[in-house]
Amino acid sequence: MLEVESAVKSFGGFKAVDGANLRVNAGEIVPVIGPNGAGKTTLFHLLTGHLSPDSGRILFKGKEIGGLPPHVICRRGISRSFQVVNIFPRLSVFENVQIAVLSRERKTFRIFTPVKGMAEEEVLRILRSVGLFDRRDVESDLLSHGDKKVLEIAVALSGNPELLVLDEPTAGMAPEETERCIRLIRKLSEESGLTILFCEHDIGLVFEIAHRIMVMVRGATVMQGSGEEVRRNSAVRSAYLGESG
Amino acid sequence: MRRPAATLLLFLLSATLLALPQVLPRFHTYVAAIVLLTALLATSLNLAIGYTGLYQFGHAVFYGVGAYGTALTLTRSGMPAPVAFLAGPLAAAALSLAMGLICIRLSKLYFGMLQISLGSLVWAVVYRWYSFTGGDDGIHGIPLPDAIASPKGSYYCTLVVTALCLAAMYRIVRSPFGKVIQGIRDNPVRAAAVGVDVKRHQLLSLVIAGFFAGVAGSLFVVVENSVFPDMMFWTFSLEVLIMCLLGGMYTFFGPLVGASAIVLLRVFASVHTRYWSLLLGTILTLVIIFLPDGVLGAFVRRAPAKEDAGA
Repeated sequence: MLEVESAVKSFGGFKAVDGANLRVNAGEIVPVIGPNGAGKTTLFHLLTGHLSPDSGRILFKGKEIGGLPPHVICRRGISRSFQVVNIFPRLSVFENVQIAVLSRERKTFRIFTPVKGMAEEEVLRILRSVGLFDRRDVESDLLSHGDKKVLEIAVALSGNPELLVLDEPTAGMAPEETERCIRLIRKLSEESGLTILFCEHDIGLVFEIAHRIMVMVRGATVMQGSGEEVRRNSAVRSAYLGESG
Repeated sequence: MRRPAATLLLFLLSATLLALPQVLPRFHTYVAAIVLLTALLATSLNLAIGYTGLYQFGHAVFYGVGAYGTALTLTRSGMPAPVAFLAGPLAAAALSLAMGLICIRLSKLYFGMLQISLGSLVWAVVYRWYSFTGGDDGIHGIPLPDAIASPKGSYYCTLVVTALCLAAMYRIVRSPFGKVIQGIRDNPVRAAAVGVDVKRHQLLSLVIAGFFAGVAGSLFVVVENSVFPDMMFWTFSLEVLIMCLLGGMYTFFGPLVGASAIVLLRVFASVHTRYWSLLLGTILTLVIIFLPDGVLGAFVRRAPAKEDAGA
């Protein structure tokens, strides 16, 4: 579904992504792991159009998407969440999701239709599935950090994406929140067959739900493989797990 | 519980506004009309700044172009009056589109700075082009249709048009488009990431805001019978911005409150002292320190907080 071939992105003289390769098949959960500064977030920015690659190919469903603007890539079927919470803070939880649904339905240029009640059923269904139904009328800025991260996943889901890209969905979460979030990711994958690409620091959690894992070090792909293969790979162990093999 | 109260308030307000010219002397009727059209102007600015989050620092230009558009069509073209009253707002909307296309490439303060610059350019042209715009003298004694030429007639015209425009804007901010521009205000990156074409929405919002500012400008011609370049000078843009701040940018009716307060202050305090702006400055300072969300914003924000505490 998604194929990245030797993508490169540098800032000044620094190569943040330097030869990243990635393959994600439909229905898979693929975590990207790697030490801080490995280029995971930059790679995700390339996938969703927030940065354009200097070279390399990014194919989504067989078509080049590298360098397209974010809203176009979103319409092609890739939704994302951000590492730092990125929601509409002054709007309610319900409205946050509603905007995303209306955007997908291309109804955002209707200037005289009352918005009240529009897409209500779908918004409530999404909120129910992520567990924010009870908090739907809260101004989203007042949510707990964990709930904000989950809301962002809900917003990303509203685009009805084929591929969900989550940049450190559990960053800054308490352990029990992290577990809840990981359970949510697994549930989304199992229930709707959603393809999910995410990056994560907690390796234990990653091994648990991953179909395949991509390991990045200093901007380049070290390997892609099953949890077992990654565990056995000595290069990964020395670079990421801190063992000198 | 809120609904009947709001309906009652609206009813009382309309009754009062309709009765005003019957009981008020001529000058006060004129002031009331100025309050109304300024409230419309401030609300149109709020669409861009409070709802879309664009630093619209040159809003008076669209007000001025609306006024000149109507005034010039009335005095120079010989076209029927309805055309003139449409020409003003349309000219303002067109200018808003043109300036928007240029300014929208920049963000935040840079957007505002560029807008002031382009706006000053328009002002300079109007100010210097004596043969066409009357230069710094402006245009006076603009012929109006009989029905709206009298003080009462112009007041009622202003009241009806302002009410219709406010209703239209009220509806717009409660549409899908209205929600999305609020999303863009809160977080343009997120909006783009859910598939919203941010710039096109911002542009439409600017055009709508410019159009309604143009309507306010046309109403100024109705009430004042004249136009002059100072009404589009950038200092007046800032005054309108202050109205929004004072009343509350994140509420629909805040700018209305702010506009009324400033117009009344200017008219009645300036009778007693030349330093009325000192009074305005003091009030504004106090509001910003103690009610950062504006006068109306303070009430609106407090209400939901109470509900939360009770639940």
